[in-house]
Amino acid sequence: MCKNSIKRKSKQVLNAYLCAQEFIYLFIMRKYIQDFRVTDCTRLHANYVLLKLAQDTPLPKILPGQFAEIRVENSPATLLRRPISINYVDRERNELWFLIQLVGEGTRHLGDAKKGDIINVVYPLGNGFTLPSDNSKNVILIGGGVGTAPMLYLGEQLKLKGITPTFLLGARSAKDLLQLEDFARYGKVYTTTEDGSHGEKGYVTQHSILSTQSFDMIYTCGPKPMMMAVAKYAKAKNIECEVSLENHMACGVGACLCCVENLKDEGNVCVCKEGPVFNIKRLLWQI
Amino acid sequence: MQLANPVMTASGTFGYGTEFADFIDLERLGGIIVKGTTLNRREGNPYPRMAETPSGMLNAVGLQNKGVDYFVQHIYPAIKHLRTNIIVNVSGSDIESYVRTAEIINELEEIPAIELNISCPNVKQGGMAFGVTAKGANEVTKAVREVYKKTLIVKLSPNVTDITEIARAVEDGGADSVSLINTLLGMAIDAERRRPMLSTITGGLSGPAVKPIALRMVWQVSKAVNIPIIGLGGIMNARDAIEFLLAGASAIQVGTANFIDPTVTIKIIEGINDYLERHHYQSISEIIGALEC
Ligand SMILES: Cc1cc2nc3c(=O)[nH]c(=O)nc-3n(C[C@H](O)[C@H](O)[C@H](O)COP(=O)(O)OP(=O)(O)OC[C@H]3O[C@@H](n4cnc5c(N)ncnc54)[C@H](O)[C@@H]3O)c2cc1C
Ligand SMILES: Cc1cc2nc3c(=O)[nH]c(=O)nc-3n(C[C@H](O)[C@H](O)[C@H](O)COP(=O)(O)O)c2cc1C
Ligand code: FES
Repeated sequence: MCKNSIKRKSKQVLNAYLCAQEFIYLFIMRKYIQDFRVTDCTRLHANYVLLKLAQDTPLPKILPGQFAEIRVENSPATLLRRPISINYVDRERNELWFLIQLVGEGTRHLGDAKKGDIINVVYPLGNGFTLPSDNSKNVILIGGGVGTAPMLYLGEQLKLKGITPTFLLGARSAKDLLQLEDFARYGKVYTTTEDGSHGEKGYVTQHSILSTQSFDMIYTCGPKPMMMAVAKYAKAKNIECEVSLENHMACGVGACLCCVENLKDEGNVCVCKEGPVFNIKRLLWQI
Repeated sequence: MQLANPVMTASGTFGYGTEFADFIDLERLGGIIVKGTTLNRREGNPYPRMAETPSGMLNAVGLQNKGVDYFVQHIYPAIKHLRTNIIVNVSGSDIESYVRTAEIINELEEIPAIELNISCPNVKQGGMAFGVTAKGANEVTKAVREVYKKTLIVKLSPNVTDITEIARAVEDGGADSVSLINTLLGMAIDAERRRPMLSTITGGLSGPAVKPIALRMVWQVSKAVNIPIIGLGGIMNARDAIEFLLAGASAIQVGTANFIDPTVTIKIIEGINDYLERHHYQSISEIIGALEC
């Protein structure tokens, strides 16, 4: 009886806390639907583009790890918007950057954008990474393939907080490693490639710094097998770890319940609203 | 129930409305049909639950919701002040669970209507089972009618041979209105992996791909019943909405289009007004069922 009432009490406290969070989220993290002007769309190599979209007015607050739902016009096969991570926010130019891998019709259309085109964007969506409250923390950002996209803005935001992050970026070969000079502005960059053409040969989780240095926090985004390997490493070493998921989405705002991930504590939750970033402790991954 | 305008949002595509509050003034809507609600909490189907198909999408959400008690305690207080019609979409696995859920919603002062979902293709027992036979549809409508005192809308399934037969059975059971259509049962396959795209193999098709079917069904049902019809299925813009009104719908709902443009409902409201002005109509009632053929 007594135990139950304590349980109920703590549940109330938790609910009050969650409500407060929701409140802060609703009032500070407003979402916008806006037309943007294409200022640049550069092929980084055959399969990737860096798309820069600008506004005349200052951009709202955007957290690292948040994403946008981008409308693809004149592409009959692309009915739904495409979720793309925010790669970087250039406050001077009121510019949003997106690093896009061309995998299907929607992304290929975005890759064909011309300077001056108008693109409609719903943003900023999702929760973002949790920045450490204490800037003595040693953090590492591990990205694979196009999963490096949100790591650039995260790196900048960490640097602004006084934390110098370490980047560990993996790709198939040297030409798939993107924005390396940009990353180098915020921290030390290590790389792996599967063919050994840049950095150490192999997968990110095989890189030597993971055994020679110690970290307090890992942020990771990339193909699911890579994130699972990173999560496994983090769990074994007892390091805090956040992953950014890419579940297929329809609305992007928590309305359709299409994008769910099954969590230990809460069951199915929307990745677009409660994520895309999750602490690995909450995931049901077999690691 | 009175509508300020004929444009509402379709269940399962607009959350509880609050998800869209940053994009539009919710009070400009004729109504908001909230997420499918069941007596007990439901986890829904496993991921993946969505696949994009030509001009449409398949979903297999499976009525994930936290149950009617959670709705009453946590969601209703947050949305009841909205000056628009908040309508609860009610689903069940047997007549008893439909009736008990409807009884609970009946007590909520600011909910003027329920939409009985007898047409969900994504749950194994119940749901669509009631919607595909005239007898089943009649029984569940009658049972809910006995306990539910306000406006009772019944949402029909397109996955039937003759929708007019079901519509008549529902009218006979005491429904005040019918809404149609729910999603069409469909399927998508990933040939490279030789696997279905959805965890449930089949799912419900929505979006522009279903519009001609929905329009045909609204037109057929309008000839068969005397109660007002709410038309939906693939409405993407004002022109689509007007087509449904001309075919005999008194109001319309917008579903999948909200994902593509979260402000689309307001554009549809404005577009309908423009149309009325352009054609010198005094009121919307003049175009309802005004198809000339
Ligand atoms: C939160 C989030 C952030 C993302 N950030 C980025 C990013 O910064 N850069 C980037 O290039 N991509 C990102 N993606 C993935 C991107 O959304 C998909 O690659 C894109 O939607 C594919 O669209 P398409 O029309 O080109 O391909 P489609 O023709 O739709 O599909 C082509 C292939 O891509 C796969 N695919 C489709 N949708 C997704 C998806 N949501 N996630 C993963 N694979 C998918 C399909 O299964 C198919 O094999 C992100 C996804 C999410 C959910
Ligand atoms: C993701 C999704 C979830 C849905 N959930 C429900 C639901 O819970 N109850 C219901 O009656 N209809 C549900 N529907 C069906 C819609 O309300 C609507 O009938 C259908 O999508 C056709 O309209 P549209 O083409 O405008 O989307 C859902 C549809 C989608 C796409
Ligand atoms: S994409 Fe609709 S709820 Fe996440």
